[in-house]
Amino acid sequence: MNSLSRRRFLKISGATVVTAAALAGTAKTFIKSSEKINEQSEKGIKKISTYCDLCFWKCGVMAYVKDGKLWKLEGHPDDPLSNGRLCPRGTGGVGAHYDEDRLKTPLIRKSLRGEEKWVEVTWGEAFDYIAEKMNKIKVEYGPESMALFSHGIGGSFLKHLMHAYGSPNETAPSYAQCRGPREAGFELTFGDIVGSPERTDIQNSKCLVLIGSHLGENMHNTQVQEFSRAVEKGASIIVVDPRFSVAASKAKYYLPIKPGTDIALLLAWMSVVVNEKLYDVDYVEKFGFGFEAFAAEVSQYTPEWAYIETGIDPEVIRETAREMARYKPATLIHPGRHVTWYGDDAQRSRAIALLNALMGSWGRKGGFYIPYSYDIPKYPYPPYPKIEKGTVDNPDGKYPFAAGEQISTGIREATITGKPYPIKGWMIYGTNLLQAFPNRDETIKAIQNLDLMVVVDVVPSEVAGWADVVLPESVYLERYDDLNTSPFRESFVGIRQPVVAEPNDQKPNWWIAKKLGEKLGLAEYFPWKDIEEYLDIRLQLVGHSLEELKQKGIIKGEPQPIYFEDGIEPEFWTPSGKIEFYSPQLAEAGFDPVPKYTKHPQPPSGYFRLLYGRAPVHTFSKTQSNPILRDMMSENELWVNADIALRYGLKQGDKIKLKNSDGVISDQIKVKPTERIRPDCVYMVHGFGQKSRQLRSTYKKGASDAELITQYKTDPLMGGTGMNVNFVTFEMEV
Amino acid sequence: MPRYGMVIDTRKCVGCQDCVVACKTENNVPEGHNRDWIVTESFGKFPDINLEIRTERCNHCSETPCVSCCPTGASHIHDVGGVVLVTHEKCIGCKACVEACPYDARFIHPDGYADKCTFCIHRVEKGEKPACVEVCPTYCMHFGDLDDPNSEVSKLLNSRKYHALMTDAGTKPNIFYLV
Repeated sequence: MNSLSRRRFLKISGATVVTAAALAGTAKTFIKSSEKINEQSEKGIKKISTYCDLCFWKCGVMAYVKDGKLWKLEGHPDDPLSNGRLCPRGTGGVGAHYDEDRLKTPLIRKSLRGEEKWVEVTWGEAFDYIAEKMNKIKVEYGPESMALFSHGIGGSFLKHLMHAYGSPNETAPSYAQCRGPREAGFELTFGDIVGSPERTDIQNSKCLVLIGSHLGENMHNTQVQEFSRAVEKGASIIVVDPRFSVAASKAKYYLPIKPGTDIALLLAWMSVVVNEKLYDVDYVEKFGFGFEAFAAEVSQYTPEWAYIETGIDPEVIRETAREMARYKPATLIHPGRHVTWYGDDAQRSRAIALLNALMGSWGRKGGFYIPYSYDIPKYPYPPYPKIEKGTVDNPDGKYPFAAGEQISTGIREATITGKPYPIKGWMIYGTNLLQAFPNRDETIKAIQNLDLMVVVDVVPSEVAGWADVVLPESVYLERYDDLNTSPFRESFVGIRQPVVAEPNDQKPNWWIAKKLGEKLGLAEYFPWKDIEEYLDIRLQLVGHSLEELKQKGIIKGEPQPIYFEDGIEPEFWTPSGKIEFYSPQLAEAGFDPVPKYTKHPQPPSGYFRLLYGRAPVHTFSKTQSNPILRDMMSENELWVNADIALRYGLKQGDKIKLKNSDGVISDQIKVKPTERIRPDCVYMVHGFGQKSRQLRSTYKKGASDAELITQYKTDPLMGGTGMNVNFVTFEMEV
Repeated sequence: MPRYGMVIDTRKCVGCQDCVVACKTENNVPEGHNRDWIVTESFGKFPDINLEIRTERCNHCSETPCVSCCPTGASHIHDVGGVVLVTHEKCIGCKACVEACPYDARFIHPDGYADKCTFCIHRVEKGEKPACVEVCPTYCMHFGDLDDPNSEVSKLLNSRKYHALMTDAGTKPNIFYLV
């Protein structure tokens, strides 16, 4: 609580300065923007500011409407995240509006769950159905027995609704199935999480280390732009990956690591750095805690020892360690984003944090900057009802370092077991749990225990096929959402506003939450007439207005220092108030205070480890039906090492199925023989092979990695689900 | 009189297809067709690999087999910049130019005419960059006047090694790839 107070103080003091200065600079920009907009309108072309929803990055967008029809999207020139350029998904966001497969009207199922047989209903009928069930759940089990899974800012009003209703159970798969381990690892070390957007100072990095991070394929716009800038400046890039990724092709060093052995490499790197005293001595002495104990532990892990585990030449390990040290503190060992791999991911992330600590890169230029966000007070709602029960995701604090977020698969588990108390209702917003979660059968088992399942989405996702009620949401280009105040090098507030109208009976999430709230007798929690009133009230609290923000799209705060070198007083919200090389918290909780390497199972003969990743033109499993992005990539391929392909007689474009160790057989996928992957694994892009029959354009195109991920290793520190632990073999067709 | 061309830095290109998507929306390119595309060339044996990733399109050649074979004059060299264009109304969709192009840069639009990259001449004539150049998140694409020694593209070609596609075809392409 004390550390939260300090953090809050820092934020508030920043915001105070922001507010005062922001007002001073607004007049000039306003006039300029206004002139430009008027000029364009006269020619039949309108430009409207909004921000993107194709992924979670929320880049500022300039949307173009030509003669009343949505034409194209460009990055908003004033937006610090996009710098006027969108990634291919953002550019292709136009297709979301024109997607013929998108949901058009509310649906209630008329037969068994998963059969996808629906009755079209009115919004009123849908809300009546939902409210009746929710009221029944509240009476029978308590309001805590409702849970919400959401992804994206559009979930914020449904979260508000859930709290107003009385349930504490709400989360996003982006924690336990994605970035959670790195937040735990960094918080244990520096007392703060990496956050989103990542506070990585890539553009100023002189040595960038990417461990299984696929920048250029994983298209986090700002980071890819900065990656390119770093390449241009001649940054030394080190890539560690079982697959020769796009980033590897820009690297000075490519380390083709054996999957599951990253911690061994990290320990060896730290050993070289410590033994040769290559670390930032002043920084470590000034800010470090427990360094002696840490050094004593890591110094034993020689490159020769790591070679046996990783397959990486000991001299290369030494050379790359020295390369990192050479450029410190502008050396950035990137924390990654999707880091739920083997179940020891929080400790691997902690090892990454520790190596960064040795380089002195936290809070330094070319390492990790200190981000700011534009602090706008929340809407003044009445207090939520008192919650009688704790959340179900982490009973008795089983996972002690789940950094303030709930574990989505923990809610799933509670839904299956009924412990610590039953979960009887799921509300799902904008996330496809059947593709996000490991072990499809467990998800379906949980769903079958529900009395109510509601899906709010833009497209009929696979998980929507199992719902009782499906509610069609407006695409982001058709709606307002809450304000975007992403933390970044500079604070700003961005607006999402309608560019074009919904083509059918779709509605925005704020409207859905409000109407359902009113039906549930919770009208006092939705006192604003509409979202415009809500937004305007919040903006007025900081001296702005909705009208102003609609015109500009982006309002920036006053620039602030972002590095220790610029005068920021270093602060670490660890128990010791320092960077914890040795972690007493971990020791007290029964874990290794300094990370250790543990061997992971390797594929049996004839099997390959299944790896998966992203493509730059798709986001998870949510964009496959977008006609523009589908045109770019309509199915995935199985990357197979060229020698393995030769041995099995597989040629480019051959269609095969995969069978995993549990006997699950995938749909057909095309083979891509390639020299760009190790022989002991195979790789495919996530999100394909979907089984929603309503997604006509993408149904079963390619294979589903999610379906083959039946096994997972739960991280004992924070509950994340390591999913790179499945082995597959080829099912040959005759 | 400018000679428009492109210089593309393959060291920075990640093959994300943003250029393809931007062109598609800017120019309403129909589904199933693209005016530009990504090529990935991989050499070597794991783990010693070289990868070139690049964005390709009509090279707006100075010697144009697509123009010389056109029976109606629909394919022509534009007055400004040496840009190779197709006048839709004149085109009969005979596919002679599609066959003649060694870069596979042309396709028959569903409306019946040959279609391809125009260097976004409608934008360039307003002082804007082509949509693909404007969108690229890696800033690897550069557009300008190859005959102006002070232009960005000329300076890049004077300071870096580069190659062009199929130079032995005698077409004199105006798109260059920095390596």
